[in-house]
Amino acid sequence: MSTDTLVQDHGGTHDVSHLRKVAMWVFLGSEVLLFGSLITTFLLYRTRIGDGPGAEEIFDIPFTSVSSFILLMSSLTMVMAHHSASRKDWRQMRVWLLATGMLGMVFLSGQVFEFTEFVEEGLTVTTSPFGSSFFVLTGFHGAHVAVGVLMLLATAFMSFTGRLRDGEGMNVEIVGLYWHFVDIVWIVIFTVVYLMQV
Amino acid sequence: MSDTTHAHPTPRDYWLIALVLAVITGAEVTVTYIDALDSVVAPLLIAMSAAKFTIVVGYFMHLKYEQRIYRNLFLVGLIAAPLLFGAVLFTFGVLVGD
Repeated sequence: MSTDTLVQDHGGTHDVSHLRKVAMWVFLGSEVLLFGSLITTFLLYRTRIGDGPGAEEIFDIPFTSVSSFILLMSSLTMVMAHHSASRKDWRQMRVWLLATGMLGMVFLSGQVFEFTEFVEEGLTVTTSPFGSSFFVLTGFHGAHVAVGVLMLLATAFMSFTGRLRDGEGMNVEIVGLYWHFVDIVWIVIFTVVYLMQV
Repeated sequence: MSDTTHAHPTPRDYWLIALVLAVITGAEVTVTYIDALDSVVAPLLIAMSAAKFTIVVGYFMHLKYEQRIYRNLFLVGLIAAPLLFGAVLFTFGVLVGD
């Protein structure tokens, strides 16, 4: 058995890959609470628009729907990368990882464009409680997507340099869990923040 | 405790799942434009969003096929969040009225 996947501790043997997954699921569970607090704050302040524009005036649902579709499809490419890694098809895995990263960057570009449009229409982070809670929630999600893109590119780079060996194949699964989580958070944000406010 | 038992989906399954997710997303957007559904649009959107959430977590994150410990760890956050923030919404939205 690979020494990468096992560690000796107090005379017992622990599967490192299992521990990594436990750690990631604990982290994701805590992230649910974090995003829950941000979504709750948005729901409390969504009607407090002050002198600024409200959701119905500025949200561009067709545009955001396309962004949502892109992020949703990046989950498909991510799971295909994981599937390729599990078959040790590293070349295919790299293709899917880079495709996922590219889709993530397209989503981020869309978010930057959307934010720019909103600012031009008079909604900034200081305009109203609605603006503050909206930008903090979606900005925080965008930061998570950006971190995910970096993780994807780093994993692909490790593979190119031959550092993603059999025992480290778990890295793809861990990155995948994080990426899918970012996607499910957006599924909730898209419904609660965008579709239900127009 | 039942641990990993089922075979994971095949690439064909993943594409089919993605197609289902795309169709649900299309349906979500469509119902927001149908005036006749105004009275039921919120529960419809929540149901479709929950379906997408469950599909991604179950199939793409493989939670359906994984050991129970992973599911339980995630469920802690998933159950605690609505309880905790439901109480917050109730307190500030209904009791305090702000």
